[in-house]
Amino acid sequence: MSQHATTYVPKSAFGKWFESRLPIASLVHSSFIAFPVPRNLTYFWTFGAILVFMLVAQIVTGVFLAMYYTPNAAMAFQSVEHIMRDVNYGWLLRYLHANGASMFFVAVYIHIFRNFYYGSYKAPREVLYILGVIIFLLMMATAFMGYVLPWGQMSFWGATVITNLFSAIPVVGETIVSFLWGGYSVGNPTLNRFFSLHFLLPFMIFGVVILHVWALHVPGQNNPTGIPIKSGKDAVPFTPYATIKDIFAVVVFMLFFGYWVFYMPNYLGHADNYIPANPAVTPSHIVPEWYFLPFYAILRAIPDKLGGVIAMFSAIAVWFLMPWLDTSKVRSTAYRPLYKQFFWVFVAVCVLLGWLGSKPAEGWYVVVSQIATAYYFIHFLVILPVLGFVERPLPLPNSILESVMGVQKGGAGMPAGANAEPQSKG
Amino acid sequence: MMKRTLLIAAALLGLSAPAYAAGETPVPPQLKWSFQGPFGKFDRAQLQRGFKVYREVCASCHGLSYVSFRNLSQPGGPEFSEAQVRALAAEYKIQDGPNEAGDMFERPGRAADRFPSPFPNENAAAAANGGKAPPDLSLMPKARTYERGFPWFIIDVFRQYSENGADYVTALLNGYEEAPQGFTVPEGGHYNHYYPGHVIAMPKPLSDGQVEYPKNEAGQPQAPETVDQYARDVTAFLTWTAEPHLEARKRLGFQAMLFLLVLSVLLYFTKKKIWARVGGEVEGHATPPMTHNP
Repeated sequence: MSQHATTYVPKSAFGKWFESRLPIASLVHSSFIAFPVPRNLTYFWTFGAILVFMLVAQIVTGVFLAMYYTPNAAMAFQSVEHIMRDVNYGWLLRYLHANGASMFFVAVYIHIFRNFYYGSYKAPREVLYILGVIIFLLMMATAFMGYVLPWGQMSFWGATVITNLFSAIPVVGETIVSFLWGGYSVGNPTLNRFFSLHFLLPFMIFGVVILHVWALHVPGQNNPTGIPIKSGKDAVPFTPYATIKDIFAVVVFMLFFGYWVFYMPNYLGHADNYIPANPAVTPSHIVPEWYFLPFYAILRAIPDKLGGVIAMFSAIAVWFLMPWLDTSKVRSTAYRPLYKQFFWVFVAVCVLLGWLGSKPAEGWYVVVSQIATAYYFIHFLVILPVLGFVERPLPLPNSILESVMGVQKGGAGMPAGANAEPQSKG
Repeated sequence: MMKRTLLIAAALLGLSAPAYAAGETPVPPQLKWSFQGPFGKFDRAQLQRGFKVYREVCASCHGLSYVSFRNLSQPGGPEFSEAQVRALAAEYKIQDGPNEAGDMFERPGRAADRFPSPFPNENAAAAANGGKAPPDLSLMPKARTYERGFPWFIIDVFRQYSENGADYVTALLNGYEEAPQGFTVPEGGHYNHYYPGHVIAMPKPLSDGQVEYPKNEAGQPQAPETVDQYARDVTAFLTWTAEPHLEARKRLGFQAMLFLLVLSVLLYFTKKKIWARVGGEVEGHATPPMTHNP
């Protein structure tokens, strides 16, 4: 991960012996202890740590649930009830895992919109950002397959609706769908492969998270001003400053998480999923989990099936292009008076799409969905590129320190001259 | 009152107004439940009465297949004594086997057995009930709800309203009435005020005085023997069957939340103390990352 000179010097003889064979201690030291962090980061920058916590929490609870869960269409629902009733603290494990998925998405959406607001996706962080979008896509796949596992009505019909989307692909669509199903309808083979993939994907997410963190350590973190660290005074070492702040934020997030788990454990789910899957009875209203609703609204806004599927996938695909669609040289929206307004309009449109996704696709809901969908794409394809040319940004501060202190008047940070040696990581 | 406020809110916002204007399902009244809120607990006597209603009325058509007899004596439920549960289980015939001769046989129930279903399979249940099998009741209050709509679904989070299913089930059991003029109830159907679409296959299950409640010292029933009371009691019982660890969840929740709250306060002051140093001398000596001008 890093070949640059580190200030880490092993103290013990064993430490020196080990370091010359596997320099993992100096890697950890340079990445998580001495790593310079902009001193002006807000709590919006703690969501990376919160997301790592959520990923680990989901994997731990998930591994224990998998010890009791039975991935068989005839027994899955019953095995979940067995966990809820008979397994010691099974109810806690399952509620943590089910609500954990929602908490994971709450945190990731805050993380993503923080990135949009402060221009974190711009050079030199394009690869870091694209890895993040890949993690988000993997999360969506994992969450979708996880929701199928309890084999309730919404599991079954959600799986039917979403897998059927692939049938819109010309020529090979039907083949792909029967491959996904392992048959000619959603059934036991579908449940089996979804369980297998639901177990696999989190570890793939973990792998991409390592790349994401690695890519973060090359350019370093962005910050609310969007301007880079210019001297040691702009930064503080990761430990103890970022460490204690992240731990505090994670515990506050656990309070939020606990509120759902202990007091509203079924609020974010659907009552229909406590009815065992029944291929003969379609629920009156098939809705995905809340975190998919904006994309579901985009899917249904397009009257054509293939068109809807393309629009839905494009809604995320367009994120990949963002570093190049945004032509503004200024990263932080704090210095972009015009874009700031468009940013909040965009947030409102995303929330509106989420609400529309929960409504039946009929009447004026469809018309509003279409307008909101059009605006969603206009934001990325028109507003972002054009604004960079027409907007007059506010003057940027000379340094992070200046933005914190008001004027450049010294003060402590990282030792002066610490930037004499540019880092060459990777 | 709630209904009217909701209608006004809906009309003002122009949101769910079309749904109500179309004469759709009315909103169930929100009742007071002993198990609601962060310190909610089941009322043991109510659960025991509710179980009696289930056993004497609902059980003739509806199963309770995820519940074992032993659950009835576990903490956080109706808390019958173990001897009561053993005696109760023995009243049921359970099919077991095959024995050494390869035959299935019937034996008296044991505490570890689950409640036997009233029909051998779903097809038999459907055939005996006009084509539609009566649903299992183990999870009923969690498997039913009603639409809350904006802004109630946000307010519900703060007031911890998660008794939607219980309110709906009680309203449904109370909701049998004469069909309004001009409403034709198809054959085999029954008019219910709260059932979506108003036509329900289940005939009115409860009537006043149908189930005898335990008497108190004065020789009076401990609760009124009315349809409304039966409906509340059986709904409370079914809420317990759907969520048998509800009390444990809320108890552990209070402990966990209190612990996290104290921990977060301590961490906040630790963080503050550490960051106070940024104003003065900062320890650490790292190389800043490579710099890019915006």
